[in-house]
Amino acid sequence: MAAPTRGFTGRPRNPDANLPPGQYATDGFPVLSAGPTPHVPLPDWTFEIDTGSATHQWTWEQLQALPQENITADIHCVTRWSKLGTAWRGVSLDTLFEEVESEAEYAMVHSYGDYTTNLPLEDLLDGKAWLVHEFEGEALPSAHGGPVRLLVPHLYFWKSAKWVSGIRMMDQDLPGFWEVNGYHIYGDPWREERYS
Amino acid sequence: MRKSWQAAEVSAVRPETARSRTIRLRFPDAVTGIAGQHVDLRLTAGDGYQAVRSYSVAGWIPPDELEVTIEELKDGEVSPFLVNDLAPGDELEVRGPVGGWFTWTPDQEGPLQLIAGGSGVVPLMAMLRAHSGAGSAVPARLLYSVRGPEQVFYGSELAVIGQENPHVTVDFAYSREAPDGQPVGRLTREAVMRACFPPEDLPSVYVCGSTGFVEAVASWLVDAGHEAGRIRTERYGG
Repeated sequence: MAAPTRGFTGRPRNPDANLPPGQYATDGFPVLSAGPTPHVPLPDWTFEIDTGSATHQWTWEQLQALPQENITADIHCVTRWSKLGTAWRGVSLDTLFEEVESEAEYAMVHSYGDYTTNLPLEDLLDGKAWLVHEFEGEALPSAHGGPVRLLVPHLYFWKSAKWVSGIRMMDQDLPGFWEVNGYHIYGDPWREERYS
Repeated sequence: MRKSWQAAEVSAVRPETARSRTIRLRFPDAVTGIAGQHVDLRLTAGDGYQAVRSYSVAGWIPPDELEVTIEELKDGEVSPFLVNDLAPGDELEVRGPVGGWFTWTPDQEGPLQLIAGGSGVVPLMAMLRAHSGAGSAVPARLLYSVRGPEQVFYGSELAVIGQENPHVTVDFAYSREAPDGQPVGRLTREAVMRACFPPEDLPSVYVCGSTGFVEAVASWLVDAGHEAGRIRTERYGG
């Protein structure tokens, strides 16, 4: 254990808070992004899954016509804030992948504005990931990734790509935007996988 | 970068404003980094409890020191301690520097446009210092939006750079209180455009501040024809 920092006591401990190591809870909702916020009009919005041999595409109306789920989840940003019990509404990726045939085990998630992030496909399936378009009962604001962002709450929040536009399937796990810029290839907050 | 924690000694502190100070940290070995990167600081309480926060590096002092500037956040757990209690001779644990996107190196082409809101000036100051330190002839501009003259970080150094370095222009925009004869008020699109290189100069643009500040400024720049891919943003608190 590190030697104590002279004079530092910290805040009274809250043993009930279920936080990953090195995180602190915030009531705010800070924003982290690399560049200007893209504004995508709903009539122009599409989401595409590209397996290499086939492309599956959904429009905004088609996404809305799919079964919608309410999700409550804790989110953990690599910059150390966590926000507990956030409420979202959207479509499970299991629903979207029902009609997708692919042997590939990895996914590169693409966004409007050219952001990318990589995940193993298994982290997107089995009730672990959603395309969300509502936050706390309101349409998702563009600064927070609207009209539609990915939600993968079990990984650091940069994996929950904002302004999501599609998924390209990959045979290998190649790094996305933050992953080539010093952040971890996988990003499990409970194992504190912050940096590469 | 260093992934492991290492102890660094506080070698100096100096106030920037009534609620912020610059802390100089000395490492056992040489330390280098790229302007715009941040470090993680770890504090340990007597019972073993630890708190970690990330802070932008404001500058490097070769061979073995770097500086961070920290503003006290109301109800903060760590920043009030760092601003009010930490003293020279104390030790902190440090990891990094970290970050590969919101960074600038003197070999980067094109003019350098920096736009700061409040304490968002810290990583941009590191870039300006890297620019001056390298003797760069790349044209550089800093637009620094701040509530009033009392809230300015690095005031005397910015005044010297602005006056003496022919390649650097420093502009202030005061939102609440201004020195005599200078305009005061909310930052406007027009004021940003006046203080920025035009899109046709293909500047590398760095915007750092609160989320509202960054959202507004970045969208004005895109509207004015700046390519989104040339605009890098960072928000404090994020």
